[in-house]
Amino acid sequence: MYSLVKYYHPYISPFDPCPPMKVKSYRTPPNLYIGFQPPSLPQFSPREALAHGTLWPIFYSPYPGKGKEEMTRE
Amino acid sequence: MNKTMPPEYYSMLEEIQAVDFVLVELTLYLDTHPTDKEAIQQYNYYARQSKKLKKEFEKQFGPLLQYQSYSGYPWTWDDTPWPWQV
Amino acid sequence: MWLYEKKLQYPVRVSQCNPRLAKFLIEQYGGADGELAAALRYLNQRYSIPDKVVGLLTDIGTEEFAHLEMIATMVYKLTKDATPEQLKEAGLAPHYANHDKALFYHNAAGNPWTAEYIQAKGDPIADLYEDIAAEEKARATYQWIINLSDDPDLNDGLKFLREREIIHSQRFREAVEILKEEQGKKKFF
Repeated sequence: MYSLVKYYHPYISPFDPCPPMKVKSYRTPPNLYIGFQPPSLPQFSPREALAHGTLWPIFYSPYPGKGKEEMTRE
Repeated sequence: MNKTMPPEYYSMLEEIQAVDFVLVELTLYLDTHPTDKEAIQQYNYYARQSKKLKKEFEKQFGPLLQYQSYSGYPWTWDDTPWPWQV
Repeated sequence: MWLYEKKLQYPVRVSQCNPRLAKFLIEQYGGADGELAAALRYLNQRYSIPDKVVGLLTDIGTEEFAHLEMIATMVYKLTKDATPEQLKEAGLAPHYANHDKALFYHNAAGNPWTAEYIQAKGDPIADLYEDIAAEEKARATYQWIINLSDDPDLNDGLKFLREREIIHSQRFREAVEILKEEQGKKKFF
């Protein structure tokens, strides 16, 4: 399994003017890992598919917003 | 003069949006997987579902598809609301 | 030709009258990685790409117009009943002075849309890699707009659009594999 978000610790200088964000993150969505889509993958129902923006759960990549990952990894 | 759309307008529309979304997803999938029989069967099934749902919707709320839907009298295509107004 | 269907692809909702969000959202209307640029990029490239991937470019290009209409709906709803005073507070006075509440194809910084945002190199691999990059850039833009927005209903629609970029990127990646003509020989995993 792969993670949909990666973290790194940027260099912090004593001369940085803003309080440092110790951990930064970026997204790595499922399309980077799946390759050519295999047939007969499990599907959402039509309503769920619309709500998730995709028919296949394997491609669903939630996005929390507001830099939440940085907060939780402090 | 203002009309408010009843709750059925929204619920029926959302049902259509859900089925049509499956058709969009299967279309893009089949564009790169043209020999997946199971997906083609599923596509045809939902295409039929979509037609059925739209027929019901149009009976109550007027035409959905330009040049394809039937009109009542007077001409109903240009009746409000437009999609961005609802 | 194209047929217009009198419905949005996704039920767009906006909970607050907040024209400030419209100012950011317009990036996806008339910006470099916005929906207009996407639609015009794919629907133009399709004339000179191998037949095997013309259908995909046509269908994704068409879906981008549905996304353009969703963004327009969001902007329309966020500004529809805002007073000039509210627009001024939201930093939209320059827009109001020129356009009133009309939508216009420009980005969040006010630069008008330009064909220089899109490319058609005529080389299928170069064009598809541009398309993959465009989808990832649009996904990133949706992330930054979601980070700026505190309207949960609006974010619901934006998250749908972000997910669509992921699927489009996936299909363009598959199109590259099809043009490499190796995918039949490779084992699925």
